[in-house]
Amino acid sequence: MTSTSISDFRVDPVSGLKIHRTANTLVKWNAFAAVVFLLVGGLFGLGVALTRMPSVQLLSPDLFYMALTAHGLVNLAVWIIFFEMAVLYFLASHVLGSRIATPRWAWAQFWLMLVGAAMVAVAVLQGNSSVMMTSYPPLQAAPHFYLGLIVFAVGALIGCFVFLGTLVVAKRENTYQGSLPLVVFGGVTATVIAVFTLVSGAMILIPTFLWSVGLISYIDPMMYRVIWWAFGHSSQQINVVAHISIWYLIASLVFGAKPMSEKVSRGAFLLYILFLQLGSAHHLLSDPGLTSAWKIFNTSYAIYLAVLASMIHGLTVPGSIEVAQRRKGMNTGLFTWLRKAPWGNPIFSGMFLSLVGFGFIGGVTGVVMSVEQINMVIHNTMYLPGHFHGTLVAGTTMAFMAVTYWLIPVVFQRKIALPGVAKLQPYIFSLGAWVFSIAMMGAGTLGVQRRHADITFAGQPLAYEYPEIAKGLMDMGEIFGIIMSVGAIMFIVVVLASIFTGERIEEGSAPWPKVEDADVVAARTGNKHVGMWGMEAPGTFILAMILFATIVLYYFVNFKYLSTIWGLS
Amino acid sequence: MGTAYTPPEADWWRAPIERTEIWWIVLAFAWCVFMFVWMIGWHFVGPQNMSNETYRTTVEAYAAKVDAMTAKYAIRKDEATGEDVVAPPPGSDVYLAAMQWQFRPILELKKGEKYRLHISSYDVGHGFSLQPENINFQVYPGYEQVTTVTPNKTGIFAIACGEYCGGSGAIGHHSMLGRIYVKE
Repeated sequence: MTSTSISDFRVDPVSGLKIHRTANTLVKWNAFAAVVFLLVGGLFGLGVALTRMPSVQLLSPDLFYMALTAHGLVNLAVWIIFFEMAVLYFLASHVLGSRIATPRWAWAQFWLMLVGAAMVAVAVLQGNSSVMMTSYPPLQAAPHFYLGLIVFAVGALIGCFVFLGTLVVAKRENTYQGSLPLVVFGGVTATVIAVFTLVSGAMILIPTFLWSVGLISYIDPMMYRVIWWAFGHSSQQINVVAHISIWYLIASLVFGAKPMSEKVSRGAFLLYILFLQLGSAHHLLSDPGLTSAWKIFNTSYAIYLAVLASMIHGLTVPGSIEVAQRRKGMNTGLFTWLRKAPWGNPIFSGMFLSLVGFGFIGGVTGVVMSVEQINMVIHNTMYLPGHFHGTLVAGTTMAFMAVTYWLIPVVFQRKIALPGVAKLQPYIFSLGAWVFSIAMMGAGTLGVQRRHADITFAGQPLAYEYPEIAKGLMDMGEIFGIIMSVGAIMFIVVVLASIFTGERIEEGSAPWPKVEDADVVAARTGNKHVGMWGMEAPGTFILAMILFATIVLYYFVNFKYLSTIWGLS
Repeated sequence: MGTAYTPPEADWWRAPIERTEIWWIVLAFAWCVFMFVWMIGWHFVGPQNMSNETYRTTVEAYAAKVDAMTAKYAIRKDEATGEDVVAPPPGSDVYLAAMQWQFRPILELKKGEKYRLHISSYDVGHGFSLQPENINFQVYPGYEQVTTVTPNKTGIFAIACGEYCGGSGAIGHHSMLGRIYVKE
């Protein structure tokens, strides 16, 4: 085993985190690559948005399908997985104060992912691999399209094992005592799901690659979808776990909050490990050849046990903030704690907008659309992009942006340049993402198809005319898509300006303001018993009840709509 | 004393759970069970459910069935496209084919009658998307799915393609259409 010397580490004087310099460099490079890919993918997304506005229709069909393939892969996979690698290394190394295991393998992760992403990008831009990110056979892409994805996935898999290896090193070298911190436990959850995801991806992409070079004669299209979605959907579950861990982290950083109950929060993560992957079935509900028994068991994560886990996190994260604020003296009324939260701090505002957006837009619709029968009236319509921009953009991406505002001073040791822009950014980005998602879902409910270059069916004798309101929703939604892009560009500008021109923070000086643990404050001031109605977080309970009422109402509205269509059995 | 990024107290699994969380977990779990039961229950009491009837087929075998039905029940040529309009009798097996880049044949059905609608593809994956009803299924080559449909409205219904299926320029996935007429 290699020995480490004191100078291999520096200490963050505010959090007391012992930062391994090599791990820090890896976090920096992965986060930087992520942000660059966010920009690249976002520009393709802007092209998609401007084409799907019935009044603009910017790109020709060929360019549109190419841009859509590129947007899906770069933003859904490359941006997010690079950022997750940064998060995993941060959780294992920085949070546990441990050296990172096998830095050479970690660099292999970085370069393999970069080379893989570049191969896919080249294949797509060559124009003969516009098969969408899902690449369903018998549609065929160029061999280096599949090979690039495989290389990228192998890189990510190596990253997962570096994370797990670092946990072993930290345990063996006693860098922490007792159980893992909650956020690292979240990282373990994400990693378990990631290994399942990436192995599923390899299982289907390797034969598909062999098929593309002519070594395998046939890929069954249904079999492909079943296994591909064990990769495609599960990869989104990694995001959920990663951004929930970030919510917990930010609650602690900004408020000195402590999880309301370690048992409950860890139990909810455990439910994810056990049941979340079953959700891959969400994509297969309108497919032939799978039975309803299979669909119902899987789509509901057994008995909605992963939904239960998300509902738990949705309460415990803001609940822990409420308890912390109350312990610090804001113990009056229902919502004083929330009103007096630091809304001008993008770390907090971004995190809270991510929580609300993910819960109310992504979460509520996700639960309803994954009902086997409801799925028939939304499957592959614009409802889907509407939903997953609610989860992935309003939820995951917003959370990743929020934590970046903290990583810049702590990891990059730079002050945030353009703080005024940073302060506004979460609001503009979320406003764009929220309205975009809701408008797209509205258009999808009216039947507008996703992945479709021309909803006017111009020149077709059997043309169908969508209701005017559907076209209006597409126009309006995409205008907010442009606002979302502006928000993303503001983020990228702040990040690049900060890490290249931001004022350097000297080692040993405080990179961010110290926040006292709420527990410590409570012990000092005697503010031990907080809350009302026998609840420590009554305000959060009210917010949770609003979410609950929204889900119930929306669920039955959709069944009402379903009950009016043609009989199907 | 405690944050999400520091190790928890040694006996964290013995700490009592606070009331806010208990109530929420009970309520959320009750709703989870309800949704699970309701989804199963709709199969027994609801009139709209996914069919479980699917067969393996081949492009040739399926095309033969489509052609036989078309030959037997064609009633007229569609004015705009010159294609056959087929009116199979209520209760019969109706064969619809998805192909790059159309759904054929054009169908004419009667409101309130049951039909066994077979769907398969001649080439790549497609999506059956009936508008404005907004009923959506996946369609694959090699799989023949049979859904019993009961149109409950009259009118002209379009079938758009719900899965990206290639194409270039003006002709492709975005121009793929079919039609179903429903009469009294």
